[in-house]
Amino acid sequence: MSTEASKNSEVLLRVEHLKNYFPVRQGLLSRVTAYVKAVDDISFEIKAGETLGLVGESGCGKTTVGHSVLRLITPTEGTVLFQGKDLTHLPAAELRAMRQDMQIIFQDPFSSLNPRMTVGAIIGEALAIHGRGDRKERAERVRDTMQKCGLDPAYINRFPHEFSGGQRQRIGIARALVLSPKFIVCDEPVSALDVSIQSQIINLLVELKERYNLAYLFIAHDLSVVEYISDRVAVMYLGKIVELADSTELYRNPLHPYTQALLSAVPVPDPTRRKQRTLLPGDVPSPLNPPSGCRFHPRCPLAIDICKKVEPRELDVEGHKIWCHVVEEQITGSPPSA
Amino acid sequence: MTDVMDQTSPQIEVRNLKTYFYTEDGVVRAVDGLSYRLAKGETLALVGESGCGKSVSALSVMRLIASPGKIVEGEIRLDGLDLLQCSETEMREVRGNRISMIFQEPMTSLNPVFTIGNQIMEAILVHQDVSRKEARDRTIAMIRRVKISAAETRVDEYPHQMSGGMRQRVMIAMALACNPEVLIADEPTTALDVTIQAQIMELLAELQSEFQMSILLITHNLGLVAEVSDQVAVMYASKVVEHTSTAELFASPLHPYTHGLLTSVPTLGMSKEQKLNVIPGQVPNPLHFPTGCRFHPRCPVAEQRCKQEEPLLREVKPGHWAACHFIENGKSPIKGADR
Repeated sequence: MSTEASKNSEVLLRVEHLKNYFPVRQGLLSRVTAYVKAVDDISFEIKAGETLGLVGESGCGKTTVGHSVLRLITPTEGTVLFQGKDLTHLPAAELRAMRQDMQIIFQDPFSSLNPRMTVGAIIGEALAIHGRGDRKERAERVRDTMQKCGLDPAYINRFPHEFSGGQRQRIGIARALVLSPKFIVCDEPVSALDVSIQSQIINLLVELKERYNLAYLFIAHDLSVVEYISDRVAVMYLGKIVELADSTELYRNPLHPYTQALLSAVPVPDPTRRKQRTLLPGDVPSPLNPPSGCRFHPRCPLAIDICKKVEPRELDVEGHKIWCHVVEEQITGSPPSA
Repeated sequence: MTDVMDQTSPQIEVRNLKTYFYTEDGVVRAVDGLSYRLAKGETLALVGESGCGKSVSALSVMRLIASPGKIVEGEIRLDGLDLLQCSETEMREVRGNRISMIFQEPMTSLNPVFTIGNQIMEAILVHQDVSRKEARDRTIAMIRRVKISAAETRVDEYPHQMSGGMRQRVMIAMALACNPEVLIADEPTTALDVTIQAQIMELLAELQSEFQMSILLITHNLGLVAEVSDQVAVMYASKVVEHTSTAELFASPLHPYTHGLLTSVPTLGMSKEQKLNVIPGQVPNPLHFPTGCRFHPRCPVAEQRCKQEEPLLREVKPGHWAACHFIENGKSPIKGADR
């Protein structure tokens, strides 16, 4: 699709060494006793018009990444460059101006819309905040955006509770789209929806992306949906990216043992292909006290001695990035070293 | 593959089940004429979107429908015993003993103030004549069976000390403590991550073959259906629109709704050029179902007749039931539906 084109286009968002630690306070004096390392040193970039999928299990930090790149949470360390500007140290007024180009769509269309505001007010709020046009022009723009998102503009004065889940998600999309942003974080936008409604929303997101050259950070746990919509995909495990590659490449040739297990766990709707799967033992460990070395080693079927001690480094094989000692040895031929 | 409706001695048989809710706004026909037969050791998947009646039909089998809901018609036979004729005392002998259920939310369906051991033990003490000591030993054995490590110490832990996957294992241990004949699994893995879902489904399959249980699996995940079930019933707006063996359903879905469902989910390895199929509109309000075929407002092949005449669930080809006017000679009205 747009993979070829996006290779040549400009980098819109560059995230470098992003870290997000949340302090855990305990005791009478609320002293900081530990940190939850929700996101621990991750880097990636997104080009204009490109979709980067971010997958991983619950608690791996994918939503924190989404919020950090918009600076809804201020990162503990690292830089987030949007169109060349570092958002992490931007003063409030400048940040607000930047946010016109970067928006977010939330997972739950029931709790993310204010029940006391009309659809028109919800969608038009951002226009008012950024002082775009007069009242009449704004209403016109809201109607126009509703139309683009498959909502009947006649419903502009209705309230969220009058809409179904799928329509509410369209309202959420219209709200994100109304300022004509360049970049949208989609945080699990279809996981709360029914199957037949899911495809309506996915098709809408794809259509809008092509029409307005939007870039998405598409966060989801449904691997099939991510494959379908993304140009490139990053797999996260316990606050770290373990593999990042072109979507087709990642799904055809997953290198990291975690990615392989994740893909093999997805049930396929074809009874003739009941498959042999790699079952991972145990649960995702707590990010409060992550395992030493490679964080995946206690569940990894391939783990060797070094995995317990040393964190794997990035290995870049023609754009297919992977963090794994065993795979590194297989590819480079030399044993991994500290 | 076993024939869907003609088994000689089904473990559980449901005939023309109707469960209605008499609300202030009118009558909600939540389940409107459901029938199936399930043999020993067999798995039936009940598929459909939210509000289609699949959970209510499961609760009806357990007779757990509270006012304003009521089972208005039908027959539910467990190995010949008609559950709808049973007294409440007799029913208590059945629930948790001969038929058990696991729910979607392992977080909310366990009691937070009792240890998991206490909760598993409860079913054993209620239904079986054993001492507390023996019940506890059985409980520990059961915890081990669902592959929770250090069963001797975990038995005294509370639900909040466990992860989501562990809690679902505890739910399974509770459900299987009395070795039931039928297990109803209502979206058992929906709240879990994929790698944990794979663990749980593997465990269920193992326990099913060991205990020879019949499983009624309620889900909206078509991948799961394809992997674990023997037969599938697709529900839409409180009615079954298609019912056949799993292999047959995925090979040749005949009802337009089934076809729509199957083609609207992206599958791994699918081409990005391919647009996802869309079922237009939304699930109808159960207070005001459309006339005739309830799917007609969203159906791509609907005609005048569909608005007036309700299609009956009929055998459109051997072992394959569907409710659509336009299925002829075992062919779907949608071109290219046979895969």
